[in-house]
Formats: sequence, structure tokens, C-alpha cells
Amino acid sequence: MPLKLEARNLNFFYGSQQVLFDNCLPVEEKKITAVIGPSGCGKSTFLRVCNRIFELYRDQRAEGELLLDGVNVLSSEIDVLELRRNIGMIFQKPTPFPMSVFDNVAYPLKLHFKLSRSETHNRVEQALRGASLWEEVKDKLKASGLALSGGQQQRLCIARAIAAEPEVLLMDEPTSALDPLATGKIEELMVELKKRFTIMVVTHNMQQAARISDATAFFYKGIIIEYGATTRIFTNPVNRKTEEYITGRFG
Amino acid sequence: MKKKKLFKRKLANHIFRIFSLLAVLLASAAMLVIVSHVIRAGCKALSPGFFLNPSKPYGVPDSGIANALLGSMMITLGAALLATPPAICAGIYLAEFRDHPKVTAVLRFSANVMMGMPSVLVGLFVYILMVVPAGHFSGLAASVALAIIMFPVVMRTTEDMLGMVPYALREASLAIGMTRTRTTLKIICRSARKGLITGILLALARVSGETAPLLFTALFADSWPGDYLSGPTPNMPVLITEYSTNSPFAAMHQAGWGAALVITVLVLALNIGTRILFREKRHAP
Amino acid sequence: MKKSAIDHSFKWFCFFCAGLIGLLMLGFFIQLLLNSRQVWEVFGWRFLISREWNPVAEKFGALPSIAGTLSSTAIALSIAVPLALAAAIFLVNAAPLIREVLGHAIDLLAAIPSVIYGMWGLFVLVPLMQDKIQPFLADTLKIQRVPFIGKFLAEDYYNGFGILTGGLILAIMILPYICAILRDVLQMTPPMLREAAYGVGCTRLEAGKDIVIPYGIRGILGGVFIGLGRALGETMAVLFVIGNMMEMPQNAFSGSTTIAATIANSFPEADGLQRSALFALGLILLVMSLLIQILAQWYLRSATANRGE
Repeated sequence: MPLKLEARNLNFFYGSQQVLFDNCLPVEEKKITAVIGPSGCGKSTFLRVCNRIFELYRDQRAEGELLLDGVNVLSSEIDVLELRRNIGMIFQKPTPFPMSVFDNVAYPLKLHFKLSRSETHNRVEQALRGASLWEEVKDKLKASGLALSGGQQQRLCIARAIAAEPEVLLMDEPTSALDPLATGKIEELMVELKKRFTIMVVTHNMQQAARISDATAFFYKGIIIEYGATTRIFTNPVNRKTEEYITGRFG
Repeated sequence: MKKKKLFKRKLANHIFRIFSLLAVLLASAAMLVIVSHVIRAGCKALSPGFFLNPSKPYGVPDSGIANALLGSMMITLGAALLATPPAICAGIYLAEFRDHPKVTAVLRFSANVMMGMPSVLVGLFVYILMVVPAGHFSGLAASVALAIIMFPVVMRTTEDMLGMVPYALREASLAIGMTRTRTTLKIICRSARKGLITGILLALARVSGETAPLLFTALFADSWPGDYLSGPTPNMPVLITEYSTNSPFAAMHQAGWGAALVITVLVLALNIGTRILFREKRHAP
Repeated sequence: MKKSAIDHSFKWFCFFCAGLIGLLMLGFFIQLLLNSRQVWEVFGWRFLISREWNPVAEKFGALPSIAGTLSSTAIALSIAVPLALAAAIFLVNAAPLIREVLGHAIDLLAAIPSVIYGMWGLFVLVPLMQDKIQPFLADTLKIQRVPFIGKFLAEDYYNGFGILTGGLILAIMILPYICAILRDVLQMTPPMLREAAYGVGCTRLEAGKDIVIPYGIRGILGGVFIGLGRALGETMAVLFVIGNMMEMPQNAFSGSTTIAATIANSFPEADGLQRSALFALGLILLVMSLLIQILAQWYLRSATANRGE
């Protein structure tokens, strides 16, 4: 399968402190790649390099290459706004914008495209269906995004992320703030979504990684210790640290 | 899907960023322009005599601002003495006694509202309260007016500062048997004293520039402030007002600028000084 | 037993001190009401809409003062709020050193005593208006010829004083207050929300106007009302530059007066019915300020309460 994303010799610094060391990671297209590891190992940081969201903060910088379809997204010639349209991000806590359900999903469309009213309506409905949320909100599209339940809000964020038809979805512990029922729904959704999008998900829940991902990368102290097919990683880890983490000896 | 022009979005963003930079520069420039003008215009009036001689009517030589300076100091000191103890205790009530949260909320709300009251109304209030019954203006009435203005400010900063003291400190001293009163006064207040003093100083800085209340209470006099309790008391803000608006003579205007310079330097020094010395969280006045 | 008696009395003493706030509030009201009774008895509510102010004929009306207050405040807000918002957004996103230095510089604007603003206004701004700005507006741009609104903007005659000058001074004075509150409000935006906004591909302008500002709108309104309250109550600075004419303002160049300025100006020589009229003006100002302050506090409190979700 072709590589959608590839990290090559990626290093990351908070000020003078280095937190990612020479990361090399292939991410296959239209698969779910899980990123696991103990707290503070750099997995969220790695995710946040992919859509250059770290650039919001002055003292954070990345060195190396992150290739999207062979093109280095970290280069200054890449347009960040278009990159972020193409790479969607979902956060640990649901982050609905202070607007109606409809406007939340329509917002990226409004930002990046010129669409007629009916076109926008269609796209919003498509996105909400794609996030398994349409049936639940179709009668309250005008309600505030904040009025939905936690699980619904997170699916709203997913709908918003897929509305502008990105190619990649980055998910940073998307279910950590949700109850088991809502978590299950989102996990089901992710398996559906991988048919259309390349997904990279950071999770501290190993069972979740084992359940839904195709490939897994294990991070420890900023280094990718091991990477491979999920089934192999969880049944036959090569590295001792990987085995220790998976069997729960630390983290 | 048809794409929006990136160029337009980025242009709008650039224009906005320039505008916001200009806004900041404009505001800072305004400060510098005003302060530098006060310095330039006021410098010429400064001399040893300016600080040592009392004010005299136009034409009389050897005029100065000494009496106004002294009067202002007395009025402000009086205000501080009057306002600080009750304001601190009021702040203590808000911060330490939580058994009636609704009452506390109402009181806090009222204090915030009082902080925004026009000072001219305070002047009217004290005029009726003290000047009319006494039959004369007085520095004491001015102190009372300024104290009323200071009161809610010190009350709220006290509450905020005491609130920053970790709860564990209270528990620890109560656990060894200290009374609530002693805990609050000796331990908690002492721990927050930096912040409390900052609050008082900033409130002082704020009231030392107030003019309207003084017009109704202390008015002005070309004499030494001996009549603090019983007669009009010279003070800086009213002197400045008189010299600027009620006098057509350039010499008086210049003296007014000199006085303006003195007040501005004192107030800014107090503000900057407290900022440097006490790098605590800033609170909007 | 003795210990708890000390604590008990201390608590009640502190409570009493805190209660002084309520007493003062009440005192203001009662005193203004009592001392203005005469004017209400003579004119009734017509006092509020009458334009006459004739001490000799003993006819008084509040309308010019109210109109002057409202128009100068409106000018001040329309200048100060956009600038304060833009400045706050800049400062919140700026490098820490710049944020501190420029932030302090703007905060110090609030520390300058109002009588200094008055003097600067009188000796610097008024001549500047008369010699440069008003000629530019009225003679060069001829904005008074603009259809419909031109006659409210300017006129052929000007002398540097007026509600535009007053509004400008007020704008400089209230800007630091609004800016400080707005900075606090903007900094309360949850970082994750900011990242989500930029994450969908917003520019800074888009993230600000579509997400950050709506999120913090209650706090922003609170800040605006605080600025409004400050402008309402400002006496000296406006007194020096507004022209002190007891007339309805016709346009931005008109000389006028404000409630606070009228009170401060006329009080020394006033007595009898005129004095009562000044107290009535004070009562009007008190009610206006109270409403604005309550609104401001209500909005600010709901802004911080919002954060708890």
C-alpha cells in the first residue's frame, strides 16, 4: 500500500529541550495507525507536527521532514492553511465552536470554498452522516454545538474535520473524555472512516489500539522504539521495552 | 468544489495584523506624547522656590505650590487612614467568611459596582454630609470623599490577595488552636501583605489625581493648610484646575503645568514602583 | 467560650465593614433624591426633556446635559472599542517581552490623573483640533456636505472645543480600561479551542472574529460597559474641552456639556432651584451609572462562569 505520510528524521524542540529524536515513521494510506506509549513520551507532540499546529507557539520548532504524498509539509513553501484543510485534527476534549451545529460543520466549507447555499447544506449533511451524527441532530441543526452531549460533540468535531474533504485525520486521544458507550460509537466510526481517510490516532488505551488499528507505533521518551502491524506488535513484540509496556509493566 | 481565493484571505489577515499593531503603537504613543508634553511644559516652572513657597495670587512674586503639595499629602493621608482599616476588614469578610455565599456575592457585586461610580457624585454626597452641616469646606471632608472612593477598591484587592493565600495555611494555624481572628490578622494578612500594600498604594495613586470631589469639599486657599479641619484646604488638583481654566495669564498656566508634572511624576512613580516591586497578577482598576 | 466570642465579634465587625458598601449606595440615592425634590416638584418629569437652562428665569432642563453626555460617550466608545480590541488581540498573540512592555505602557494611560488629561486636552488637543484637524475635516474633506449624515458630522464653524474633542479625550482615557479587561478575557480562551480553530485552517483574523471573539463575547461586552461607565462619570477632562455650552449638540463640532461637567461647573455659584436642578442631574447620572455598572458586572461574571463547563 502506498505511503500517505512519512516522517523522516524528525526532531522536535521545546525551546532548547529536545523531545522527539530522529523519528522515522511510515503511515499507510487509508489505514488506522495507532501511536501508543507512556505519558510524556512525545506521541501527541508527534501528531501536532503533522498539521504544523505547533507553530502557534513561539518556542516550539521541528526539524527534519514530514512527507505527505512525497512532499515535505514542513518546508516554508507549503501553504499552511491548505495543509490544515487537508489534514483534520480531533482533540482530547470535544471542541465545538461557539456556533450552531450546522455552522460548526459548515465553517471549514465557508473558509475554504465558494459554495451555494444548497451545496453547503448537502455537504453538511454528508459530513454529519459520515460522522454518524445526522440522525441525532437533523432536527436541531440550529441548536448550539455546545448543547450536545459529550459523545455527540466529539462526533460533531469529526463531522467538522471531514467536511472539507481532507485526506488525513489526526486524532489525539479522541475518546479519553468520553464514557464507554460514546467511546464505542467513535471507535466504530473510525473503522468506517478509514475507508475514506488515512487516520493516525494517539491513544493511551492499548486495548483500543489493539481493537481498531492496522499498524501501531510505540513511542518511548521521544523515540520510536518499534513499529509494525498491530497484530504483530501485540502478540510478538521484538523490543523488550515494547513488550514491557504492552504487558503493563509501566506507563 | 470551487476554492476560495487564498490571496484575499491572507490579504485581509495582513491588513488586520497591521491594524492591530498600529492600535497598540497608537495607544502607547498617546501615553508617551502626553507624558512627554507634561514634562516639557512643566519643567520650566520647576525651581526650588516652586517647591518651597506657598501659592500666591497672580502678580505676587515668589509663588509656588508648597501649600498645595502639603495639603494634598494631608488629604490623601487622611483618606488612607480613614479607608484602609474598614476596607481591609470588609475584604477579610469577603475572603474568609464563607457561610453566607449569597450575601457575600451581593456585597462583592456591590463593591464592583461602587468602583465605577462617578467621583463627582461622591463629592456631592460629602458636600451634603459634611460641608453643609459644618458650614465650611474642609480638608477632612475631602479626605472622607477620597476615602469613599478608595473603600471598594481596597476591599476588592484585599479579597483577591487574601484569596491567593493557600488554604492549607489557614487549616494549619486553626489546627494548633489559634482563633479565627488571630489566624486571619496575624497569619493570613501577614502572608499576603505584599499584595495588600500594593492594593492600598494603587488605590492611593488613583485618588491622588481625583479633582471633582475636591471641588465640593476642600476647594482651595492661598495659605498653608492649617485649616484642615475647619476651612478650605489647598490641594494640587484644584490648583491645577484654577490655574488652567480660571486664569488667562501664561505665568499661571506654566505654574499649572509644573504642578501637573509633580502630580504625574508621583502617580506614575507609584504605579511603576508597585509594578516592579510586586510582580503579582495585575488587576484592572 | 471566650475564644469563640472574639471570633464572633470579629466576624460581625468585618461584616459591618463590608455592609458599608450598601449603606453608601443607599446614602447616595437618598441624599440625591432629597436634595433634588424641589426641581421634581416644580418641573416633574419634563425636567428630563426640557432644553432650557436659564438661572435667571429659574427654568432648568436636563436634556442638553444628557445629550452631551450620550454623544461624547458614543464618540469615545466608537473610537476606543475597536482600537482596544485590536490592541488586545495583538498583545495576547505577541512575544512575552513585547506583551509586557507595551501592555504596561497602555496600562499606564489609566494611571494618568484626569485633570492632566484635561490640561493636555485644553492646551494641546484643542489648538490641534482648531488648527489642523477640524480644518482638514470641514474645509478639505468637507464632510459636512455628505448627504444625510454630513450635518451631524461637522459644520463650517469650529473653535477646537466640542463633543468631538471631548469624545477623543474620553477615548484615550477609557482605552486602557477596556484593553486590560479584553486581554484578560481573550487569555481565558481554552488553548484547545484555539488550536481547533487554527486546525481547520483559519488565519489569525478568522480565528479571532469567528471563534475567539464569539467565545468571549460576554466578557468583551463587560469590558465595553466598564469603559462606558468610566466615560459617563468622567468630569474634569471633559470639562476642560467640551465648550461648556448648555445647548443641544447639533454636530460633532458643537460645544456642549455633560452631566458631570455641568454639575462641577455650576455648583459653586448655584443655590436654590438651580442647586436642586444640579442634584437632579446627579440623580440621573447615578441611575445611568448604576445600570451600566450592573450590566458590566453581570456580563463579566457570566464570562468567568462560562469557563467552568
